[in-house]
Amino acid sequence: MLGGLYALFATGLSLVFGVMRLVNLAHGDLIVLASFLSLVIVDNVGWNPFTTLVLVIPLMAALGFALQYLLLNYTLDSGLAPILATFGLSVIIQNALLEQFSADQQRLHVGSIETDSIRITSEISIGWFSLIMFLVAVLLLVGLQLLIRRTRLGRSLRATSDDQRTAQLVGIDNRTLYAVAMAISLVTAAIAGVFLGVYTNFDASSGPARLIFGFEAVIIGGLGSLWGTLAGGIVLGVSQAIGAEISIGWGDLAGNLVFLAILLVRPRGLFPGPEPE
Amino acid sequence: MGALLEVENVSCFYGDFQALFDVSIEVGEGETVAIIGANGAGKSTLLASVAGLLRAASGQVRFDGALVGQMPAYRRVAAGIALVPEGRRIFPSLTVEENLRIGGHRRRRGPWGLREIYELFPALDVLSGRWGGTLSGGEQQMCAIGRALMGNPRLILLDELSLGLAPKVIKAIYATIGVISQQGTTVVLVEQDIGQALAAADRAYCLLEGHVSLHGPTAELTREHVVAAYFGVR
Repeated sequence: MLGGLYALFATGLSLVFGVMRLVNLAHGDLIVLASFLSLVIVDNVGWNPFTTLVLVIPLMAALGFALQYLLLNYTLDSGLAPILATFGLSVIIQNALLEQFSADQQRLHVGSIETDSIRITSEISIGWFSLIMFLVAVLLLVGLQLLIRRTRLGRSLRATSDDQRTAQLVGIDNRTLYAVAMAISLVTAAIAGVFLGVYTNFDASSGPARLIFGFEAVIIGGLGSLWGTLAGGIVLGVSQAIGAEISIGWGDLAGNLVFLAILLVRPRGLFPGPEPE
Repeated sequence: MGALLEVENVSCFYGDFQALFDVSIEVGEGETVAIIGANGAGKSTLLASVAGLLRAASGQVRFDGALVGQMPAYRRVAAGIALVPEGRRIFPSLTVEENLRIGGHRRRRGPWGLREIYELFPALDVLSGRWGGTLSGGEQQMCAIGRALMGNPRLILLDELSLGLAPKVIKAIYATIGVISQQGTTVVLVEQDIGQALAAADRAYCLLEGHVSLHGPTAELTREHVVAAYFGVR
């Protein structure tokens, strides 16, 4: 069930990579930033974490737009600079969070729904929260897929991803479009951040681990396919769950081993997109 | 008075390499002008600097009297300059119809719409649901012209239309230039293939190693002049 969430991390990453060939190393930290944003609102206003999404989503979207438009766009034409810029951003966010919130583990609480479950057989039961999380992730992926396939904005995103020079020739302002793509990416980060904050503990330095799971889900699923990403997320989530069943410390390890195994057997992922030319 | 497009003393560089040396051309509204020259003469560079993909190091580009030299490419599209790039550059992950629709991203008012494009190129109507990446060269070229027309440009720049296409297909595509011109659109076509280009155009410029080596009305250009200007023989 965690797979849906990993798919959500991965979708944000692959959208940005697809449209502007930018590897966003700060994506994990931005997810954690969203968790903290939600926490601040919960602590100060007393809302339920789910309600905070009303504020966290627009804030993260605005942050994404500004980040891309005012900073990352200036680095895009120069080789290594963009990935270094996001790495720097990652360090800045981690340290700012550490400064502000200390290194304590935090958690978002949503009440009894965290532990309620549906009993399927006497052995198997599904947590309500896990189920909701999974459904939200799937709905979001479907929504994104429709956005990309059906709308004018999606058409511009695909065209720019194919060939950004020619996209400018049909009148697409690529810099603004990049900022919109980053905003969408951070909307997924906002939702992932809040759900993950309820699901598990987080602290100022948990961003990079989130980033790794996101990358692994993208690669297991195969670059360039949204459904592959969902499958990748599920494979990763299930491997971690089975690993943790054997021994509590084995969860992450099992996920990483499955990732390596898939990389050995199917280097292009389970459901690769079209062969690059 | 003023021509629709005026390029004045433009020089362009790729790094240290100078591709254009003080090139000046003028294109009047409604004209069809050919720019011919051998490989590497600077034809595509000239079009790129007009479309805004490349900034001229010196000199000026005026469109309808206004300086557009500093304008980014996407704003020049809105102003009415469309480029059909060399190699067609159809978006592979968009369908034929989406490729056409995206050409109308910054649509101006004018005669061209999806229906008119399908009338001009009936082949595209049949293929409308196909992915751009699966088209043949000729189909891609039609789609690329259609995509540029969808924006209803005042000036359409056609780069190497005939490149890699069968003679029959080239002939069919050249036949549409007349139709486009009749709608009042100004056409600039760049070609290595002299015969086709001179037959279709009112006037021609010949580029040689980044300089204009010859220009004049196509009716007055003799074959000897053109050959001399094209290859640089004196």
